[in-house]
Amino acid sequence: MLGAILLGAGGAYGTSPAALPSESSDNSITVVLIDTRGTEAGESGKPVPDVDIEVSDDSGTVGEGTTDEEGRASIPIPGLGSYTVTVDEDTLPEDTQLSGEGGNERTVNVVISGDMRVQFPIADERAAGAGFVSKLMTGAVSGVKFGLIIGLAALGLSMVFGTTGLTNFSHGELITFGGLVVYGFNRGLGLPVVLAGILTVIVSAGFGWVQERGLWRPLRRRGTGLVAMMIVSIGFALFLRNVYQYVFGGNTKSLSQYVSQQRVSLGPISLAPKEMAIMAIAFVAIALVCAALMTTRLGKATRAVADNPALASSSGLRVDGVIGSVWIVGTALTGLAGVLLAVDQQVEFQMGFKMLLLVFASVTLGGLGTVWGALIGSMVVGIMVEVSPVLGVPAELKYTPALLVLILILLVRPQGILGRRERIG
Amino acid sequence: MDWGSIFSNAMASALGPDAIVYALAAIGLNVHFGYTGLLNFGQAGFMAVAAYGLAASVATWGLPFWVGIAIGFGAALLLALLLGVPTLRLRADYLAIATIASAEILRLVFGSVTLSDWFGGSNGRQQFANTFYDMNPYSSRLDFGLFSFSANDAWVFTVGWFLVALSCLAVWSLMRSPWGRVLKSIREDEDAVRSLGKNVFSYKMQALILGGMFGALAGFMLAIKQQSVIPTDYATDITFFAYTALLLGGAGRVLGPVIGAIIFWFLMTFLGGFFSSAASIDLIPDVVMSDIQASLVRFILVGAGLMALMIFRPQGIFGDRREIAIDGR
Repeated sequence: MLGAILLGAGGAYGTSPAALPSESSDNSITVVLIDTRGTEAGESGKPVPDVDIEVSDDSGTVGEGTTDEEGRASIPIPGLGSYTVTVDEDTLPEDTQLSGEGGNERTVNVVISGDMRVQFPIADERAAGAGFVSKLMTGAVSGVKFGLIIGLAALGLSMVFGTTGLTNFSHGELITFGGLVVYGFNRGLGLPVVLAGILTVIVSAGFGWVQERGLWRPLRRRGTGLVAMMIVSIGFALFLRNVYQYVFGGNTKSLSQYVSQQRVSLGPISLAPKEMAIMAIAFVAIALVCAALMTTRLGKATRAVADNPALASSSGLRVDGVIGSVWIVGTALTGLAGVLLAVDQQVEFQMGFKMLLLVFASVTLGGLGTVWGALIGSMVVGIMVEVSPVLGVPAELKYTPALLVLILILLVRPQGILGRRERIG
Repeated sequence: MDWGSIFSNAMASALGPDAIVYALAAIGLNVHFGYTGLLNFGQAGFMAVAAYGLAASVATWGLPFWVGIAIGFGAALLLALLLGVPTLRLRADYLAIATIASAEILRLVFGSVTLSDWFGGSNGRQQFANTFYDMNPYSSRLDFGLFSFSANDAWVFTVGWFLVALSCLAVWSLMRSPWGRVLKSIREDEDAVRSLGKNVFSYKMQALILGGMFGALAGFMLAIKQQSVIPTDYATDITFFAYTALLLGGAGRVLGPVIGAIIFWFLMTFLGGFFSSAASIDLIPDVVMSDIQASLVRFILVGAGLMALMIFRPQGIFGDRREIAIDGR
């Protein structure tokens, strides 16, 4: 059976398609249109009936069909080859509109038997018909959200770098750790996402402490050089990432709650409630840590160690104790970034690894080892990632402008926006 | 369990095209890290520009094979210059971050849908090395008793090891020249070299370019051996596996990367074969390890092995502890 599933999804696209009965003849394209806006994962969406579908090839129309009560249309095709599937937008229900690149047409290459999936994301008419300014603003707000998530991780990386000098290549895996643990608590033990998230942050803090005690402190005691430690962290990253895949598998999975939410309109932009919650949580966490760094004794001690470990030590500070706390707080923040990323998107064993370079870009842009710099850098990187598709960067390349900036900043101002000259040479 | 076939597969892998690619990549990293102390984490990028330079020239633009090779080398040279200018004056970790980022940019660009007319998107480009295989003198399988290569693999095997030998000879003669001694002293103490009036930046750039050329050779061999380039072949992991091979053999030694690559691939294939057959005959219960999980064990062990190597024996098998540039910041 050759089937093409056209699947509508609200907001973000990519929820799982309904099972497709294989009733069609050998050579046909099956189209299923399902509106999944505002449905939680597990629930099936609302089928979209009475929509005209046309399949054509180079020589002209091959077949036509209309979706039935189950939103399905089966159109026979003469054989293997390349076909264009067109959805007649005039027959869509009033409040729905197709969104995404390519409009109402998809090219389907039928080369082998099996399910061929083509997506026609369905969005609110207002969002799809949105003008450039509105898209730009929506992109900017998503960018702030992504920037705050990156910021949590970047703060963790920057604190560890500031106090120990370690450029930690396994930091991405600490983000993934948060995502996987929250998935385990939520799907494995059946806890609600909020409780699972809180427990995950605690477990992450513990993971940071274990890492520091079991690995990094002994290495410092041995007098291992910083480059050697960097390479050790690469080995650790390879180790953890493959252990994750071993335990979790290679699939992308979602949490049980808050998977897809109807967006709420706020003036020119629209946001899902979970996105607002993510921004609020990240902002509060970052603000708390920064306030603690500025005012508490431990915070001052941390900054003293970051400034000059030898002097801090000779002034009677327990440097190892401070570094231990930094690992605990830094890993907890990074775990929280993983939790928020899991809620915002989905859980996967490489989710943190894919973000690692953006985190590096953020801290380098802001200035390695500076707290405020890491935050500014994260905002810039987050907004660049989300806004660049609006400005014409192809969606699959949306990470590249931020990475290019990482290289360019080294050319013009290697110490970053807030860094100090002396650290770079 | 079929120990015989596991062992012969491992031997074929250790002496075959896989090990050749990693040996060449690691020879490049040896020039960067082992001799000059430069932390290039973007060797995958050098391999990718060379491989795609060749593949796109031939398969997309219909240029002759040897012009494609020249374009590949040119692209690697350009990449080295572009990367070197902003980062070579900075501390080691900046170079590391910039190179890993540019390798990732290149992988994304080569795999992008927008440029798929040139680079073929996620399917890549195929069938660009016919000129190479037309020169193949072997007409039947090359049999080594324990294992054998197909005629095409045998040709890759012959040319590949010839290139590895040539590269080792080049590194050996360069590193005992005055030029090579300057590189080694840059690794030991940059400021001392500068005080002797040497242009450290220029030497580092030359080392980056030279190592990048060996990376380009590795990219060519990887592309040619499978007549195909796909973006996932040039992911970050390939750089780190090449580092593991280099550190295993011993950085700063001419034959270190070669021996390292041979041992690395022997162990990878041996462990892969061992665990997958152990899982498939249920020596290890399916609950503990499925067939897919069995294929991951070796990568877990590579990670743990790299950590252990760096902690307990950073000089690898042949290296000298005092010559490894791991203490600087």
